[in-house]
Amino acid sequence: MIQINPDLCKGCYICVEICPKSVYTVSSVTNKKDIKLPSPENENNCIHCHLCELECPDQAIYVEDKK
Amino acid sequence: MVEDNESTETDFITYEEKNPYIKYFRKDRLPTIFCSGCGIGITINSFLKGFESSGMDFNNLSLVSGIGCSSRIPGYLNCDSLHTSHGRALSFATGLKVGNPDLDVVVFTGDGDAAAIGGNHLIHAARRNINLTVICINNNIYGMTGGQISPTSPEGSLATTAPYGSIDTPFNLIDLVTAAGATFTGRWTTAHPLQLSNSIKNGLLNNGFSFIEVVSQCPTYYGRKNKLKTPVSMIKMFKESSINKRKVGTLSEKELLSKIVIGEFVNKKREEFSNKLENLSHKESGRNTIRKSAYIL
Repeated sequence: MIQINPDLCKGCYICVEICPKSVYTVSSVTNKKDIKLPSPENENNCIHCHLCELECPDQAIYVEDKK
Repeated sequence: MVEDNESTETDFITYEEKNPYIKYFRKDRLPTIFCSGCGIGITINSFLKGFESSGMDFNNLSLVSGIGCSSRIPGYLNCDSLHTSHGRALSFATGLKVGNPDLDVVVFTGDGDAAAIGGNHLIHAARRNINLTVICINNNIYGMTGGQISPTSPEGSLATTAPYGSIDTPFNLIDLVTAAGATFTGRWTTAHPLQLSNSIKNGLLNNGFSFIEVVSQCPTYYGRKNKLKTPVSMIKMFKESSINKRKVGTLSEKELLSKIVIGEFVNKKREEFSNKLENLSHKESGRNTIRKSAYIL
């Protein structure tokens, strides 16, 4: 499961660019700073490399490991 | 989908506890003051990942910083920290390390802080080979004060103080500290976070002066002036223009000017400064150096 924290996200969309499996897309949902949040649309493609967690400058992404 | 009883169990764990890096932060300071897409956040993550894999104790860590955007990092991490005067982070860190040789001291500094006003302190800390890990976040511009040219701005780059492009030759920080005598040097960009965290781990474990340069993006000032408006376009540029040091031999000097050479450059052994001082004290007076610390009485 991928979780994006709307309070921390600043909308730089590095996650959209960096993901090797193109999991993220820019959604129309906004947070209180009126920033369009990225959403893990293709979550089934996720290979749990945790690169988005590492590359997110605002620590706004959490990727749960496979059980 | 997860089962009902499972989901209620996970609801009790807050987001702060789940994210692998937020547990090291002072949570009341979040979100950070950095601009959207700033490379400093990526450097913090890479540092924490490298720190975790080095097996060091977070309670034994001290962070020192000077002035600049990058120097705000110690204020966000929940460990002992010193926010000192401009360019003098390394002087304070030298004092801290000599007074408390058991502490793990890490210095966060920017390109203006380390190369411009603190250039002298940088080369002398490297000359002494004192056991510090210096992480220099190089964004090629003075971001905090409004986008002036810094000593590492590439030739021809635009800034508030260089509307026709910079005419100066930039500093090569790795060559500078290597010549001064650093025992571990590495350069990576924010587009290489895994390699960077590995280098930070090696730097932390190295008993001597370790210098890691992180080529980082400043979309607000450097990017906007140089036709790289978004953080994504800057990350793409780093990926395209970086070249591993193994492949440098195939390129001419002119081609190398527009490239960022990445890799670990130096990893050697040399006697460390605080060890030398301890040996001298034993030889001349037969006892340890006097320590004044909150930890060791």
